[in-house]
Amino acid sequence: MPALTDSRIYKWVDERFKINDLVDYLSQKGVPQHRHYIFYYFGGISLFLFIVQVITGILLLMYYRPGADTAYESVQFIVANVSFGWLIRALHSWSANLMVFAVFVHMFSVYFTSAYRKPRELTWLTGMGLLGLALAFGFSGYLLPWNELAFFATRVGTGMAGALPVIGDDILIVMRGGEEVTGATIGRFFGLHVAILPGLFTVLLAAHLVFIQRQGMSEPLGWQNTTAAGRKMEKFFPNFLLKDLLVWLIVLNVLAVLAVFFPDGIGAVHWPLGVKADPFAPPPEVIRPEWYFMFAFQALKLLPAHVGFVEGELFGIMVFGLGGLVWTLVPFLDRKSHTGEINRLFYAFGWLVLAFILVMTVMGYFWE
Amino acid sequence: MNQQKSTRRKFLEIVLGGGALATLGSILYPVIKFITPPAAAEADPSQLKLDFSRQDLIDEPKKARYFKYGKDLGIILLTGAGELKAMAATCTHLDCTVQHRPDLGIIWCSCHNGKYDLDGKNISGPPPKPLAAYKVKEVGDAIFVSREEA
Repeated sequence: MPALTDSRIYKWVDERFKINDLVDYLSQKGVPQHRHYIFYYFGGISLFLFIVQVITGILLLMYYRPGADTAYESVQFIVANVSFGWLIRALHSWSANLMVFAVFVHMFSVYFTSAYRKPRELTWLTGMGLLGLALAFGFSGYLLPWNELAFFATRVGTGMAGALPVIGDDILIVMRGGEEVTGATIGRFFGLHVAILPGLFTVLLAAHLVFIQRQGMSEPLGWQNTTAAGRKMEKFFPNFLLKDLLVWLIVLNVLAVLAVFFPDGIGAVHWPLGVKADPFAPPPEVIRPEWYFMFAFQALKLLPAHVGFVEGELFGIMVFGLGGLVWTLVPFLDRKSHTGEINRLFYAFGWLVLAFILVMTVMGYFWE
Repeated sequence: MNQQKSTRRKFLEIVLGGGALATLGSILYPVIKFITPPAAAEADPSQLKLDFSRQDLIDEPKKARYFKYGKDLGIILLTGAGELKAMAATCTHLDCTVQHRPDLGIIWCSCHNGKYDLDGKNISGPPPKPLAAYKVKEVGDAIFVSREEA
């Protein structure tokens, strides 16, 4: 097979843009082979699912109409009348959930392998930014169908922001576009979901990917101290790339099977359209946030009305805020792992956080 | 031996290429169907009672009014002889909306100077076909229009 670099098109482009340097540089990229190798796939899986979100999101935009009188009706029209409308909505919802899951796996694997350590501090920071945006995508998208479930989940979610001291009330009014969750809230969440968040996400994602290309794949802790024979590398182009594409194909198939057989989701991960939001109706018996917000929701429920002299709700939000801050700043706080040795304190902290999230999530679903 | 290797490679290329095409096709097919909007569910009424009377047409400076018939736009006009005529208001040339010109005694499309007589027959300019006529029935003050049988 002739090499790509021999083709006339390649030469035409190289003559004008001097891409030879870049191709040379990228062709040297390698992937370290070790027992946690499988976790290298999860960033790519998150990226693939994001691409699915962009495509299905653009398609849904062709029929979705924001507003209290049209949002629910247009989603109903999409799933009932538009050809494959049910499939596109199912793909968008499934892909959103799988993306959050893949992002969490990606984040924890980076954390536990201390891959955030010098020189990858900024890759970690942009990653945390992307996580925040992904959660904001999930929260804002949840309201858009304007059904009963969405309405109450949004009331509770925005109400939490309202519990913040001093600025809480102002934030609440800006988020809701008024005192209450109304059609004005849909307008805001819609603008956020389809314009502001995608713009920010694209910029951060570009930075995240450029950093990774520039620095290469992260190596396991203590890699530099092992013998050369122990440092097995695999070529990124084409070996790892082809494996990556194969994984994407598998994910696409999993996604398709889930969307076709469970268009409304399964169990705790579900999004039936249900009945239209009615601000004057009583809330349904069980109000649950999406599964990835469940641990926070459950932890806040467990807090007493007052902790010391602060309100329980506020105390919880402050603890989460502090925890999130430590988590985000971990590349700067952990000054040991870049020497090649594990930092036991932060390692233990990671397991504590993971255990807390798992226990709270399970409790949220199974404990009265 | 070499021959065998090359047919094996050929076979794999066909399987891979075919698989890629099938995957692409199964993605593009639903996408193309999705972006094709479903047919509008607007009913085609067998007859329509207009919400204005002959007097309203007399009061119009252009002696004509438009009405919505299903998803189509129609025009009803009062001729100099006091006769009511109704027809499709969409120009057969490029879908502009036609208007009554009582001063010239014609139906005129301002977009490309197309002209029809008062029966909707194209008489001058670019329109290739006449405007489809509607039947008009007056019962007391009420005006009913219906599609003319083909």
